[in-house]
Amino acid sequence: MNQRHEHAMYDVDPLHHHPPQADLEDTRLTHHQVMQMAVAELLIEKNIVSADELRAQIDFMDTITPARGAALVARAWIDAGFKDRLVADSKAAAAEIGLDIGPIPILVMENTAKIHNLIVCTLCSCYPRFLLGIPPDWYKSRSYRRRAINEPRKVLAEFGTEIGHEVELRVHDSTADMRYMVLPMRPEGTGAMDEAALAELVTRDCMVGVALPRP
Amino acid sequence: MSNRFAIGDSVRVRTAFPAGHCRTPFYCRGKTGTVTRYCGDFRNPEELAYGVYDGARSAVYRVRFAQTDLWPDYDGPAHDKCDIEIYEHWLVGEDA
Repeated sequence: MNQRHEHAMYDVDPLHHHPPQADLEDTRLTHHQVMQMAVAELLIEKNIVSADELRAQIDFMDTITPARGAALVARAWIDAGFKDRLVADSKAAAAEIGLDIGPIPILVMENTAKIHNLIVCTLCSCYPRFLLGIPPDWYKSRSYRRRAINEPRKVLAEFGTEIGHEVELRVHDSTADMRYMVLPMRPEGTGAMDEAALAELVTRDCMVGVALPRP
Repeated sequence: MSNRFAIGDSVRVRTAFPAGHCRTPFYCRGKTGTVTRYCGDFRNPEELAYGVYDGARSAVYRVRFAQTDLWPDYDGPAHDKCDIEIYEHWLVGEDA
């Protein structure tokens, strides 16, 4: 297709080239995208799931946001008993505030003055999707997965997070059947804030361990 | 099912390189760490990956390693750690 056309009113060079913006279908599908589409079609054809059920599940997954994790953190900050129960059994504790965090066990790793926790999945990109939603692209990148495990302090510094050498940095490689969430420390100067305001301080990055909540 | 390892046990990851899918990172093979948690019994991903969905369940542990043991050129403090989930058949006991 010829992309040349004229802007007679204001172009010095009226015959110039615009690169076309690719439509979704113009990018090449990867092997795994083709396989995923084929499996989805087969599941529907064989009446294992319906198209509506598949759509509804995608729709549901898109409703999960880091706000769910932030609600757990904020409650833990104001209620020490809840914090202990959250660390011991996150599914039961989440149910107390009406949250279903899904079928895969999520271990809550508590930051303290002496320990900072960081989550990575070096083998693929396991992430607590039922709690925090879809992972950010950097979490899935080979660069993060390779470097978070063997030079985590440099990676944290690139996120703007400096962890003092007096603090033990504990990296959790999510290799198998557990998923992980970091329970950050409550920032100083937040004594007057209520639970809802505290939850606003807790971002996704804080719960992966690459950032600290700021008041 | 009784577990072969208890919290606090010193364990070494087998130095093995089986063909096919497994969930034991290369960087911890042959390394020694400490069991910090028993996670429960789970099916073996080395079988699940090939369609064996009814295989025996195996204990999964969290094992803590010193970063300086995993990476010879680690440039952080000696107290930094790495925790990894490992299936029981990948672990052998180390005499303390």
